[in-house]
Amino acid sequence: MENAFGQPQNVVVLGGTSDIARAIALELVRTRTREVVLAGRKPDELAAAARELVLAGATSTAVVTFDAEDPSKATQCVSSAFDQIAGPVDLVIIAVGAMGDQDSDENDAVASARMITVNFTWPVAALAEIRRRLVAQGSGRILVISSVAAIRVRRASYLYSGAKAGLDRLCEGLADSLEGTGVSLQILRPGFVRTKMTTGLKEAPFSTDPDAVARDVIKGLATSHRVITSPHILVYLFAILRHLPAPLWKKINESR
Amino acid sequence: MPREILYGWGRTSPSAANLENPSSQAQVEALLHSSDATLARGLGRSYGDAAQLAGGLVLSNRLLGGISPIDGAGVVTVGAGISIDELLTVAMPQGWFVPVTPGTRHVTIGGAIAADVHGKNHHLDGSFSRHVTALRLVTPTGTHDLTPATHHDLFWATMGGMGLTGVVTQATLQLIPIRSDHVLVTTMRFDTLDEIMAEMLAHDDDFRYSVAWVDCMTRGRSMGRGILTRGDHAPSGTTPVAPRGARLTVPFTAPSGLLNSLTVRAFNELWFRSSPRHREAEPQGIGAFFHPLDGVNSWNRLYGRRGFVQYQFAVPDEAGDSVRTAIEKLSSSHVPSFLAVLKRFGPGNPGPLSFPIPGWTLALDLPVGPAKLPGLLNELDELVLASGGRVYLAKDSRLDAATAHAMYPRLEDFRRIKESVDPEGLITSDLARRLNLLGK
Repeated sequence: MENAFGQPQNVVVLGGTSDIARAIALELVRTRTREVVLAGRKPDELAAAARELVLAGATSTAVVTFDAEDPSKATQCVSSAFDQIAGPVDLVIIAVGAMGDQDSDENDAVASARMITVNFTWPVAALAEIRRRLVAQGSGRILVISSVAAIRVRRASYLYSGAKAGLDRLCEGLADSLEGTGVSLQILRPGFVRTKMTTGLKEAPFSTDPDAVARDVIKGLATSHRVITSPHILVYLFAILRHLPAPLWKKINESR
Repeated sequence: MPREILYGWGRTSPSAANLENPSSQAQVEALLHSSDATLARGLGRSYGDAAQLAGGLVLSNRLLGGISPIDGAGVVTVGAGISIDELLTVAMPQGWFVPVTPGTRHVTIGGAIAADVHGKNHHLDGSFSRHVTALRLVTPTGTHDLTPATHHDLFWATMGGMGLTGVVTQATLQLIPIRSDHVLVTTMRFDTLDEIMAEMLAHDDDFRYSVAWVDCMTRGRSMGRGILTRGDHAPSGTTPVAPRGARLTVPFTAPSGLLNSLTVRAFNELWFRSSPRHREAEPQGIGAFFHPLDGVNSWNRLYGRRGFVQYQFAVPDEAGDSVRTAIEKLSSSHVPSFLAVLKRFGPGNPGPLSFPIPGWTLALDLPVGPAKLPGLLNELDELVLASGGRVYLAKDSRLDAATAHAMYPRLEDFRRIKESVDPEGLITSDLARRLNLLGK
């Protein structure tokens, strides 16, 4: 069970090899978490991530593999992840996503659709089963990794940002739907995080790293805030950016 | 079945459960057989998750009422859902008082048994269980009438057993006679912790009731300054009447951060300054003396949406220094802390999970929020454990399983007794799951 500080005992991570998810899981294990299930695409990377958690103090880890391009199997993935944990699942982290290659994807129907499937459709399918199970359980928390890019979609990454925007907005409604169930959902909106997914991309202002995001998540879990923004200062920056007149918004993005 | 969100008094980790309100022993028995996981709940005054059961069946004991006539020796049988407040309303006009009352009257008898509550008189009178002569316990394998003589193990496992042995439906208590509804209170103000502790060691036994309030926010010379209040029931007076209900209510949840180190420090200062340096035998009402916070309904809402944690530990006399160390750690951390309550405990009892051990107990109210609070409390756990002490489960909302097991070395005895009446572990709670109390 979660404790008074929102620190979970048992955690399921979907997208368990993402750098941000790994950093969060590690920080959770350092604080209190004992059992972790990592679900992802690559078994060897999942195993490495699990080993890292055991070294940090996790008493039990398990890995589950799935393909985020196949939402029809999302339920199955969630079930097998939950089955690895004996008691209630306290926290489910959804860190599934891909940056893609905007320049080549934007004129390719299959690649464009794949961006939406991985970043939006698969997570939404998984959320349906997660929601069902946690509501029956009467407790638990969901952390969905979105992005500040979801606040206002940029030309340079509209497939990724657009899919995240869909997920982010959908999760606001989903979070409302959980009122009175004992389950809650929080949206994590990191800024530009230096990870393998963003290698080669031009850094944005207030860039951060996965460990800093993980620390902000631990703090955020102690609250009931709907949205956790990391670093926090981006709340104010994006409060301005989202209301910028379109020509100005375009100009800023062209110059970057 | 209606699902309801259930909170502890600290409002920290709510969960949803199916809530039922059985009004008879037969209904309790039927409901117990209808569910995989069940727990009884009283007025929800335990601070953490002790009276919650996510996804399970929670039986409110509030309709298990009834107060028998009080016999000439002060023995009364009450339904487990009767609160101390309700019992006092009936008992006080007849010249009887509860033998032990915690800091609030709004706990049920069932809850008082589950948490084996203590009051300001523990150093002389022990905890609540010492005054329970019999109780009825509904378990998944049958209903038992328990007395310490006939069912030693199960009786004592139920005392302080956090509701995990079954559902208490009624209990028989030994009340104490009073001649007045006033307590004659002696107040002493001290500038240092050492002086308070020395005075308590020397003269607590001269008073039935004793408690000290310690300021954990001042550093340096006046660290641990405090106010010691001690008293006895007044020997005579007018016919006792039960204390009045609350006159104030906190109407909504305050913003988190209202109680910060600045406002709490100011409050502590005011409290300290407004107390007399020394006053003897001042008559105080029962409510003002025993249940000062009952004067404000829902005062827990002042702590805001994030809620608060109460950290109460007990350490043996030889580890009295760890009380000082704990207060030092707290005051140097700048974490806001309200109303640190220091008390002496007398001998414990055979209950394997009962909290009190002879020595000192300190209780701290800490708003959730400061990032260093979780780590600070982990440090205090280590200190308490190394001192041979323990944390009170009825207040806990953040202990980890391994630490809890080390603090309660008789947990294995408890599990064995519980399994004898509940082999499948059907009676459980969020607390039991968090601390793996049942070993399932």
